[in-house]
Amino acid sequence: MTTTDSLQFNSDHQLQHLLSIEGLDQRLLTEIMDNAESFASLANQPVKKYPILRGKTVVNLFFENSTRTRTTFELAAKRLSADVINMNIATSATSKGESLLDTIRNLEAMHVDMFVIRHALSGAAHFIAQHVAPGISVINAGDGNHAHPTQALLDMFTIRRHKNDFSSLRIAIIGDILHSRVARSQIQALSILGAKEIRVIAPKTLLPIEVNALGVSVSHTLEEGLQDIDVVIMLRLQKERMSGALLPSESEYFNCFGLTQEKLAIAKPDAIVMHPGPINRGVEISSEVADGPQSVILQQVSYGIAIRMAIMSLILQPPGRHHT
Amino acid sequence: MNPNDLSIPELLDTLEKQLRATLNSRKLTNPLMIGIHSGGVWVAEHMHHRLGLSSPLGLLDISFYRDDFSQLGINPFVKPSQLPKDIEARDIILIDDVFYTGRTIRAALNEIFDYGRPNQVILGILIERDGQQIPLKPDCIGVNIKLQPGERIKLTGPNPLTIAIQNTDNSESA
Repeated sequence: MTTTDSLQFNSDHQLQHLLSIEGLDQRLLTEIMDNAESFASLANQPVKKYPILRGKTVVNLFFENSTRTRTTFELAAKRLSADVINMNIATSATSKGESLLDTIRNLEAMHVDMFVIRHALSGAAHFIAQHVAPGISVINAGDGNHAHPTQALLDMFTIRRHKNDFSSLRIAIIGDILHSRVARSQIQALSILGAKEIRVIAPKTLLPIEVNALGVSVSHTLEEGLQDIDVVIMLRLQKERMSGALLPSESEYFNCFGLTQEKLAIAKPDAIVMHPGPINRGVEISSEVADGPQSVILQQVSYGIAIRMAIMSLILQPPGRHHT
Repeated sequence: MNPNDLSIPELLDTLEKQLRATLNSRKLTNPLMIGIHSGGVWVAEHMHHRLGLSSPLGLLDISFYRDDFSQLGINPFVKPSQLPKDIEARDIILIDDVFYTGRTIRAALNEIFDYGRPNQVILGILIERDGQQIPLKPDCIGVNIKLQPGERIKLTGPNPLTIAIQNTDNSESA
């Protein structure tokens, strides 16, 4: 079986697919963030478009619902002048019984350059990357509980824009670590970038059994866990977890792990608050904090466009012509 | 003229003289000067100062508008262009260090027109060399030279500005 590592890079060591943060190095993550910095200023221009991916076709293949991720991928591709097709698979051919590979083969026959894939099953993007025709790239926009690399990269970019140097930062990730592809990718990216401390704060039922192997410190209360924290990352509590007997109730969860202004005051005074969205007000975060001065949640959305532009242009650049 | 005899102060003087003549003949009172990153900005800084222009100098990084992304890929550390919001109806003096194929100017004009519709654009170039590939010509120049095939001219700066003639085997467009 091909490893993610060898699958992500082509023979010129150039990024061909982005499936996971695993296997990327600090130099590449920094390069992507540097390029995103160049693209971020586009938001202030009257014509928000660069011609660099003119003639390229990007297919957003979403087997699972998403508004923010799909829209920012679409905008990123359009601002690079690529043509974009959005396929909501829940309402299309696979529901008529077409297999995943047949769907891919049909899209390949339309001569597309890139698939952006969101799927409920872990490993779906990896599977498609193994089977696409040479020359087609795959970006993982979230697969099951496995990975969400572009979200992690936009989060790193948001942190860097506010805090600069990762080596002095203590970052807390709070909530459903067990089921979160976002947390998994964030932890990998923060480790690669050399964060001083990555702390996960969650009830025991929402932590993976092998949590210590992730290279993080663990806390089970906000009161203890938020001490000395520079960056607070909240995760969405997926409501379907309630029925799985992992949690007693929403209000009980909010009492223990919901981020209120009072709890936030335990962290450093200049701590920033992040959330990948969509937020559940009153479940994992209070409105006061989500809309408060320390929240950078909406900036994360804007930066998501710049980081996705950086990733797409890096991946779709010509083979063997990689600037170092 | 032998390229090795080029003197930067003389080139700057000639370009300034030609720009003054053009500004006078076209009766331009408040032009907006824009330099192309990076060599063009250095030259533009000199011209902006010498001509005593009141509008702040604009900066253009045309990396995302180049026509060779499909050959060269993404250029790291692209600086955001700094142009005033009101390009609309302005008289623009576009400055670059070297005019060679004309492709850089094509890209620069595309970017400028994405910001608005200027009244007119005047192109000022420190060194025009042979090898034009696109039907564009500078309005004002410091000098026009011929180079041997494979030779490239490179400006380094900003302080001091110096010119070097380089020999390259691949004839990449400047």
